[in-house]
Amino acid sequence: MLELKTYRTQVHNDWCPGCGDFGIVNAIQMTLLEMQLEPHRVAIFSGIGCSGKTPHFVNAYGFHTLHGRVLPIATGARLSNPGLTVVAVGGDGDGLGIGAGHFVNTGRRNLDFTYVLYDNGVYGLTKGQASPTLPKGVKTKSMPAPAIIERVNPIAMAVASGYTFVARSYALDVRHLKQTLRAAIEHRGSAFVDVLQTCPTYNDINTKEWYGGEDLPVKAPRLYKLEDSGYNGVVADPSTDEVNTKKGNALVKSFEWGDKIPIGVFFKMEVPTFEDQLALRMPALKDKPFVEQDIYNRDIAPLLDELT
Amino acid sequence: MTVTNSFTWMIGGPQGSGINSVAENFAKACIRGGLHIFANIEYHSNIKGEHSYYRLRVESKAPRSHVDWIDLLVALDRETIFGDMNKPHPTHRGHRHEVSPGGGIIYDRSLNLTPDSFGRDDIKLFPIPYMDLLVEALKEFGKDKELSKYQVMVNTIALGASLGLADYDFDLATEAIREGFTGRKAALGDLNVSAAKRGYDYAKTSFGEDAFPIKLRKQPLSGKRMMIRGVQAVAIAKLKAGCGFQTYYPITPATDESEYLESHQKEYNMIVVQAEDEIAAINMATGAAHAGLRSSTSTSGPGFSLMAEGLGWAGITEAPGPVVILYQRAGPATGLPTRTEQADLRFALHAAHGEFPRIIIAPGDVVETYYDTFDAFNYAEHYQVPVILLTDKFLASTYQDIPLFNSDDLKVDRGDLLKESDLVASTDYRRYRWTELGISPRAIPGQKGGIFWTTGDEHDEHGHITEASDIRIKMMRKRMRKIELAGEVIPDSKKAILHGPKSAPVTLVGWGSSKGAILDGMEDLKTDGIETNFLQVRYVNPFPTNLVQQALGQARRKIAIENNYSAQMAGLIREKTGIAMDNTIVKFDGRPFSQNEIYEGVKDIIKNGIKEVTVSHA
Repeated sequence: MLELKTYRTQVHNDWCPGCGDFGIVNAIQMTLLEMQLEPHRVAIFSGIGCSGKTPHFVNAYGFHTLHGRVLPIATGARLSNPGLTVVAVGGDGDGLGIGAGHFVNTGRRNLDFTYVLYDNGVYGLTKGQASPTLPKGVKTKSMPAPAIIERVNPIAMAVASGYTFVARSYALDVRHLKQTLRAAIEHRGSAFVDVLQTCPTYNDINTKEWYGGEDLPVKAPRLYKLEDSGYNGVVADPSTDEVNTKKGNALVKSFEWGDKIPIGVFFKMEVPTFEDQLALRMPALKDKPFVEQDIYNRDIAPLLDELT
Repeated sequence: MTVTNSFTWMIGGPQGSGINSVAENFAKACIRGGLHIFANIEYHSNIKGEHSYYRLRVESKAPRSHVDWIDLLVALDRETIFGDMNKPHPTHRGHRHEVSPGGGIIYDRSLNLTPDSFGRDDIKLFPIPYMDLLVEALKEFGKDKELSKYQVMVNTIALGASLGLADYDFDLATEAIREGFTGRKAALGDLNVSAAKRGYDYAKTSFGEDAFPIKLRKQPLSGKRMMIRGVQAVAIAKLKAGCGFQTYYPITPATDESEYLESHQKEYNMIVVQAEDEIAAINMATGAAHAGLRSSTSTSGPGFSLMAEGLGWAGITEAPGPVVILYQRAGPATGLPTRTEQADLRFALHAAHGEFPRIIIAPGDVVETYYDTFDAFNYAEHYQVPVILLTDKFLASTYQDIPLFNSDDLKVDRGDLLKESDLVASTDYRRYRWTELGISPRAIPGQKGGIFWTTGDEHDEHGHITEASDIRIKMMRKRMRKIELAGEVIPDSKKAILHGPKSAPVTLVGWGSSKGAILDGMEDLKTDGIETNFLQVRYVNPFPTNLVQQALGQARRKIAIENNYSAQMAGLIREKTGIAMDNTIVKFDGRPFSQNEIYEGVKDIIKNGIKEVTVSHA
């Protein structure tokens, strides 16, 4: 029987006490259980940094890759072995700094997988430098001076790059995160989840209290749920102009940041995946993945004849 | 004096003038007539307009290299003859100087060139009214109003004229031309044949049967032969080896291989992904290898530079691949992007930080390319290491005619690959289990009982991060043991080859694509009374230390011949064996060695006492 401990490993966890990563890894394990996905059918991929250690804590096939290269490695594995449920994770520096080119181009492919961004505004493991999502003008405690360049907007980038499921959640709201991860994994196509996360050691600005809105004149959580606000980012008919309208809405929404920060699904659309398109080119892929087929006895005689 | 079946022909013109197709048709017509060819192209990094040329050598016995002289030059433009010396930044002097005494030049009569302007009184001039003949051919098909659309066909007229001067069987050319136009384009085939025939007849009637001293005559066919170049040999070997996943980022000269594979992916079931860069290309391929498919990526130097990081990850994670095809071109940076070089030997050997095992094979010709590529996939899975096939632009793009590959002895070896039935009962599968040989039995993601972790951090047997010094030492030894093992298992006969007599006054040492020029050059040297043998190093890693020691230990004069500046293989040999070369012949102008350059280079050393020779296309 599958239970929560089925998805856990005995590996010593060395994240800082109170790290938002705990919430994310717990939510991943709970989601896998809820979906009744057997561990050997799941592969978790990570980049480098604190978040990079995630696969070691999850009992599933685990690939701890290179800084910024999690998406290409996950792509290769997913395409060759499409029976696997592929979840890639990585920090915001990993995905939007050193790996930004892969982030954009992976979105374009609409591969059927899920990418979870641990978004805390700092490079934690190298001791707190500004990451691509840290707003301009902000100085966290380990920075010598405030950031003088603009932040990137992960949601807007994801929508513009072609991810067909784009959502945001919060590491300390495990229930919402679990629900979002499940929707992401169930989505057929590239799903991107931006997980706002605290770094209690280095980000002394975007703290649990800050997300809770305790600094506001009228104390109220900064985070609000899109679905509660009447926002609907789901494209009903991808063959119409609705696509552009909904993408536009998502972009506008994604720039809301400050006293109010939306979480939930910004954009969602079902269109053929990369795997679908490959199967159109190679009908044999419809039967079973090449990893289960005998491609080791190909007849090359016609190719040689072609050259005579 | 008439010469039969020994002929070098060159066609030159602006990029985009269709020199490839006519040269390849000519080559095909020769092969069908039992002759043998060697055909190589030189071109600029440009889409349209810059000078490019295709050289076709035809012999009665299969040539393995080209020569620098031209018996018959076909000029599609003025620049082919005179160069671009009138431009602000000239790059070449044209090819009129390369025409052999008694040879000739075919050119456009409407250029109105005076014989004096060629500056040669020892060659023959064959002005042809390209346009007039083309208009006649177009009229026959009612297309003379569309001259501009068909203007490129003057190349076919020039081909016809060449065949006429060499008095070759026109039907063989007809067949070759027609094959290029099938289905709805068949009418175009007829038009091209008509154009070629007009060139053929014009040359015969205007200049007479004896105008050109070299004749091509059919000979009996020696079995079925393919006209094939390096990229095709690599691609076909990948299909034969069961490669299921290929990635690439567009780059000269590697892309042709991926395009070939993509064009055949439907029949052969191979996923081909154009990645966003070479970083993604190698990492996708490594991901695919870990996930169970044989995988590969192909690139040249600039791309391989980006792949260094990913190569290291494949190394430490003991990925069963990928196979990386490195088509060297002249560097560094963009260098000479469409030209050849052998300057990435050291780079391939050391790319990426840290130490990890890798296998590097450098095939010497198109046949070795096929078998070495096939082997590369077996090694990748058997030893769980990245494998680099080190070849170059010259080998990639040069055509030769060879018998059909015999694949009878090729067997796929997937190494110690576990089945799910081996794993279901296991409760403690360890992907990096210590074994005597260093190779751990491998599960494939998706298998029940095979769950593993893999990481670019140092790791324990389960694949979890560790910084423990004892485990680090064990893991390093485990990984490095595999390259020692490969060195023990792979037969010496594959790793290095001593061509020619066991002992000779002069031993030539080379690797990779210069093999053909060295072998042909040796024959010229022999004719001249200089006996040589040739040590071809085919495996860069594991290095055939014993074999090289044996071959060179007793050698009297050792000459390294390399298509690079610093004679990198000579340095590697010295590192591995302590044996230093006596002389070097290097070439680093981006052009491949010709047969005569090998001959001249060795002569310079033996007769003129020069220690280090640099030969050059200029």
